[in-house]
Amino acid sequence: MTTKAFQKIYTKINQITKATCTLKAQDVGYDELALIDGRLAQVVKIAGDEITLQVFQGTNGIPTNAEVVFLGKAPTLKVGEELAGRFFNAYGDPIDGGPPVEGREVEIGGPSVNPVRRKQPSELIATGISGIDLNNTLVSGQKIPFFADPDQPFNQVMATVAMRAKTDKIILGGMGMTYDDYLYFKNVFSNAGAMDRIICFMNTTEDPAVERLLVPDMALTAAEYFAVEKNEKVLVLLSDMTSYADALAIVSNRMDQIPSKDSMPGSLYSDLAKIYEKAVQFPEGGSITIIAVTTLSGDDITHAVPDNTGYITEGQLFLRRDSDIGKVIVDPFRSLSRLKQLVNGKKTRADHPQVMNAAVRLYADASNAKTKVENGFDLTDYDERTLSFARDYSDKLLAIDVNLDTTEMLDVTWNLFAKYFNPDEVNIKASIVEQYWPKEV
Amino acid sequence: MATKGKVSGVIANMVTLKVDGPVAQNEICYIETGGDRLMSEVIKVAGEDVYVQVFESTRGLKIGAPADFSGHMLEVTLGPGMLSKNFDGLQNDLDKMKGVFLKRGEYTYPLDNDRLWRFEPIVKAGDKVCASAWLGKVEENFQPLKIMAPFTLEGEYTVKSIVPDGEYRIIDTIAVLENAKGDKIDVNMIQKWPVKVAMTNYVEKLRPFKLLETGVRLIDTLNPIVEGGTGFIPGPFGTGKTVLQHSISKQAEADIVIIAACGERANEVVEIFTEFPNLDDPHTGRKLIERTIIVANTSNMPVAAREASVYTAMTIAEYYRSMGLRVLLMADSTSRWAQALREMSNRMEELPGPDAFPMDISSIIANFYSRSGYVILYNGEQGSITFIGTVSPAGGNLKDPVVENTKKVARCFYSLEQERADRKRYPAINPIDSYSKYLDYPEFEKYISERINDQWIPKVNELKTLLLRGKEIAEQINILGDDGVPVDYHITFWKSELIDFILLQQDAFDQIDAVTPMERQESIVNRVIDICRLDFKFDNFLDVIDYFKRVINLCKQMNYQVFESDKYFEYEKQLKELIAERTNA
Repeated sequence: MTTKAFQKIYTKINQITKATCTLKAQDVGYDELALIDGRLAQVVKIAGDEITLQVFQGTNGIPTNAEVVFLGKAPTLKVGEELAGRFFNAYGDPIDGGPPVEGREVEIGGPSVNPVRRKQPSELIATGISGIDLNNTLVSGQKIPFFADPDQPFNQVMATVAMRAKTDKIILGGMGMTYDDYLYFKNVFSNAGAMDRIICFMNTTEDPAVERLLVPDMALTAAEYFAVEKNEKVLVLLSDMTSYADALAIVSNRMDQIPSKDSMPGSLYSDLAKIYEKAVQFPEGGSITIIAVTTLSGDDITHAVPDNTGYITEGQLFLRRDSDIGKVIVDPFRSLSRLKQLVNGKKTRADHPQVMNAAVRLYADASNAKTKVENGFDLTDYDERTLSFARDYSDKLLAIDVNLDTTEMLDVTWNLFAKYFNPDEVNIKASIVEQYWPKEV
Repeated sequence: MATKGKVSGVIANMVTLKVDGPVAQNEICYIETGGDRLMSEVIKVAGEDVYVQVFESTRGLKIGAPADFSGHMLEVTLGPGMLSKNFDGLQNDLDKMKGVFLKRGEYTYPLDNDRLWRFEPIVKAGDKVCASAWLGKVEENFQPLKIMAPFTLEGEYTVKSIVPDGEYRIIDTIAVLENAKGDKIDVNMIQKWPVKVAMTNYVEKLRPFKLLETGVRLIDTLNPIVEGGTGFIPGPFGTGKTVLQHSISKQAEADIVIIAACGERANEVVEIFTEFPNLDDPHTGRKLIERTIIVANTSNMPVAAREASVYTAMTIAEYYRSMGLRVLLMADSTSRWAQALREMSNRMEELPGPDAFPMDISSIIANFYSRSGYVILYNGEQGSITFIGTVSPAGGNLKDPVVENTKKVARCFYSLEQERADRKRYPAINPIDSYSKYLDYPEFEKYISERINDQWIPKVNELKTLLLRGKEIAEQINILGDDGVPVDYHITFWKSELIDFILLQQDAFDQIDAVTPMERQESIVNRVIDICRLDFKFDNFLDVIDYFKRVINLCKQMNYQVFESDKYFEYEKQLKELIAERTNA
């Protein structure tokens, strides 16, 4: 479609900002793509015959007499089995030296799934990391981000999860990812021999910021192809959504929109929801699960990006360095998987929900005891026991280097209960305590 | 002739049109592009330019695309056949849509014109009727629905004829009405009503007083909501807003439950229509889905239709209220609706109010909440709409404009709190900040005295005082240390913990604990109060902690048992023995 006969070429740009160009043109559709001196741009505003284009690479060096050609279509991706194992840039062009993908061309950012055509997610995704599997179980069709400070090892945990999860395809969408992290992912995937299951759309910090606006839609369009047409289980990794939101803010700022909280556009919630809501479980077995990263600045979750994200996603995972054991753990207080009750005690052993809650409650008691220590108060015997419990619990279960199956995790927790507490201190239904309380320690 | 227009500008879902005739504010028009007809609503007129918000994606829309004006506002089609349906925000029947993905420009009819309904007349020829008068009865999912005279009738009409008992389609004429001037109207079972206009087809609105049981103890006992009342649930994400809303919609003693999923997660809607067909209505024993209507405009569906969805849901609620039914309307979340207004106001370059929300956000919220209520109909029957909205404040900050403006109009405030949620104390409703103004209504006091007893409200207040005292002591212990306060303080603190663990905390996922009928709530309140009123003897605080943990554990085990079962009494016996250990009782 790029080579329409007698394609009209415009050569007079009236207005140029850092991210947009405005010119007079006719017969242009909203969201349509254009090439400005070979750079890709998209229509973001039409006012009469004045067309405003958002230039993905930025407008550096664009002259007012640049050649502008409209392509008559919204951004597209060619989908097919051949996508598997390939690495692309934000436009869907190969960056791995391979040939272009042949396949059906589909518009990215397509329509939403009719809610009545969805199925309730019910399949557990086991990761072996018990801070996730035990306390915040993931379910296929879920969307969940890591809320993390930039210095935390979220990319490593994400790569571990991706390699251990039983999925048919893994799609990595990189937005403002450092080149080093990109190479890290590439290494992990190839060392695990998983290259044939990987598809990657990458915008690194070396690429223009506005380009990354295309990445999630590219990744999810590929995901929808495999989930809908091939009934495959697809895991989509998006890192980092805060960089994506920053790019949104840049564009809306250049278009003179009134910013709302934290200089973000007023439509941030809808913009993020459009991406995350692509996570879905289909009745035919295909699914899209999204694990994303939202980097925080100074641990502030009330900032507009994590705040809006939290309202959209089905929970969030927090990492924290536990100084008592010198390891990074999955924070049991602030992390949450909203879909866990769909599998806990149903796809896992029946005692799972109660054991999980009891352990977190005792861990909370330990943190109260810690406050007492900090304030110079005496500890009770119970306080001492919760502190010992918390140390073991953190080390044996919450640490991200753990790799157990869920039944083992539950057994380990019961043993810790028995080591430090009496049955009536754990506040679990009597019938469950009778069944699972370790007989001898 | 209908007005026509042509597209002259596009920014996302805001489109400007040049028109050739008169248009009305909020009028609906259809813009044609690439074979699709995009439904739009007029939101501003400036000279020849008409600004419309499009309820669909505007991708590919070009200058000059033609638009047809419909001559009416956004309206819903009302009649038998809506129960257990899944509608989108514009009342399209989602199940009738083809394909996995929502197709742009596909609109589906909300009712079924072919289905036969057993109609039984209420009036007879010669009777005088007015707008909304009950003409006949139709049963749907065991709900006695009324077929009413058109809501738009003016003045008095005489029934010229009415069909006898029998089976009819909703499009069949069931009655002919005539006014004094001799104008005749054929009436079928379908009504239409513009969603943004409140139905005022009642004689008067009363102060509500009847308890609406929800089975959630923190609500029913401490902060009761009433039939026809209003409440709202603000809370940061992850504090259990949705679980609480679902509990209320499952358990509330209402005839019809309408759930407006407004800009929220699609999986939450899926949960409703996966689970409700299998769940029993605790009050009738029928399936929950039979009394439920879902209006789903999830967060990824077009933003403008999100705004419409809450109005659509409210109008459907008003329809059932006119039949004398008790309707419960839940909207999750009203913040998303306010955000939709903000997005549009922003694109129209209006001067922003607080947090970039439109300036009139307070009056929009107030008008919406006031459409609920407990009313007396023209024939003396009563109907009610109880409205509970959730609010998702930005950053969990209760100074958010949507929270502040909602607080001015909603009478119950259920404040979900991060700290309680972090400590897994669910439902995470803050027992001290939350309130129900209905507790102060003399009408409610009279009602509850008759239903339970005249000691109820004093007891509830006693519990609230103890909880507050407990919180104050907890702060003192934090500052002074366990040893720094008298043992009595520990006893009082643990009494408040007992109330918290036994009465306030409730396991929404446990079959028995999830729903507590009023009778059982009364028994729990009495037990807790009796313990709290006792004088306990302790020498040191360690014994207090250990002792009360055992008391709490026993009471908790009782909560998990079938009410007054053998196991229940067994635990009660153990509890009595334990209490006797430390008191003179």
